[in-house]
Amino acid sequence: MSESNAPAISNPVEYIQHHLGNMTHNGERPASLVDFSVFFVDTFVMSLILALAFAFAAWKVGKNLDPDKPTGMQNILETVVEFVNQQVKDIFPTADKWVGPLAITIFVWVALMNTMDIIPVDLIPSLVSGVAGVFGYDPAHVYWKAVPTTNLDTTFALALLVFGLIIFYNIKHKGLFGYMKVFATHPFSASNPIVKVLLFPINVVMTAIEEVAKPVSLGLRLFGNMFAGELLFLLIALLAFSYWAMPGQVVLGVLWSIFHILVILLQAFIFMLLTIVYLGLASQGTDEH
Amino acid sequence: MNVTATLIGQLIVFSILIWFIKAVLWEPVINTLEDRKKRIADGLAASEKGMKDQELAAENAKHAIKEAKQAAAEIIAQAKARDTQMIEEAKNKAVEEADRVIAGAQAEIDQEVNRAKDSLRTQVSALAVAGASKILGKEVDANAHKAALKELIEQI
Repeated sequence: MSESNAPAISNPVEYIQHHLGNMTHNGERPASLVDFSVFFVDTFVMSLILALAFAFAAWKVGKNLDPDKPTGMQNILETVVEFVNQQVKDIFPTADKWVGPLAITIFVWVALMNTMDIIPVDLIPSLVSGVAGVFGYDPAHVYWKAVPTTNLDTTFALALLVFGLIIFYNIKHKGLFGYMKVFATHPFSASNPIVKVLLFPINVVMTAIEEVAKPVSLGLRLFGNMFAGELLFLLIALLAFSYWAMPGQVVLGVLWSIFHILVILLQAFIFMLLTIVYLGLASQGTDEH
Repeated sequence: MNVTATLIGQLIVFSILIWFIKAVLWEPVINTLEDRKKRIADGLAASEKGMKDQELAAENAKHAIKEAKQAAAEIIAQAKARDTQMIEEAKNKAVEEADRVIAGAQAEIDQEVNRAKDSLRTQVSALAVAGASKILGKEVDANAHKAALKELIEQI
């Protein structure tokens, strides 16, 4: 095999593993699935940059709101705010001043983090590796996972806050006793007091599962979709193993990128919508049960 | 694919971001949108009201013009009537005046005639007395023949 025919990616397994590795604060890999001694610098920095970008745009627009002639970024953010507000109005039973900001933050921030998936898979990691190389690190051992939502930490951070708010809203609108009553009498209810008591443990378990399933499904859905999307981009990138396969990489890459735009916005939208729905359910009074 | 301390960092970033977005973006934009909605509604209502006012004004103007026309026609009719009346009055006055003038003239003529008759009577009696004297050759006493003279005069 001559030099010109050398594969662009010599070791596919190593390539994918490298791409799926995170930069940690001490260079150690997490020992187990849950390991709080490790901090992923790449995920945190990427999401922080995007959060700051959104915050900056919001501050810039919010500072000089032009009520008569909205232009540029104000138009975009006004549209997003109106869209999210409409969803909240349609779903949420009562007026609440925090649901709107929560929903728009989820929608925009998640959409921005997901959008990192559209950037060519090697671009950001290579840039970071290059910069690290300048500072004397070995580029082969610099890991950088660019899409924060392909990380369970990010999706579960969002889901956990939503979970906490679900409990808070339940107690706020139903009262602590009312919330406990939901656990005791939901989903199976009976008029006979003896049957009621018999159903009590089943109801508690069922409702607890139902409640816990909400954040878990929220976090895993977003993570799964984005992780799968990222993995597919990596697999498409692997087609660069030979020159004759490169047209396939271009065609598939374009197709998957276009399709992924849909996934990116859809997942952000679903996360936002389910958050509103869950909090809306939590805000209903006890009369419905 | 792990859950690590990053979770806590992300939670903090997320919480702060929500608070920040609420303060700088959500509330100002919602307020602006509400304000704009209200102003548009107000503007539309005002324009509708203006249109209605204009319609009303046009209706009023039409009405006023109609009334003015009517009044003008009435005035003209009145003037015409007055005109005819004045001419009639003038005619009547003229006729009356003419009648009076004629009557005056008639009276004067009658007076003249009577005066002429009177003088004629006196002259006739004197003439008769003179004529009789001449015929009789003697003085005739007018008083003695007063009755005959009076009869004569009466015949004139």
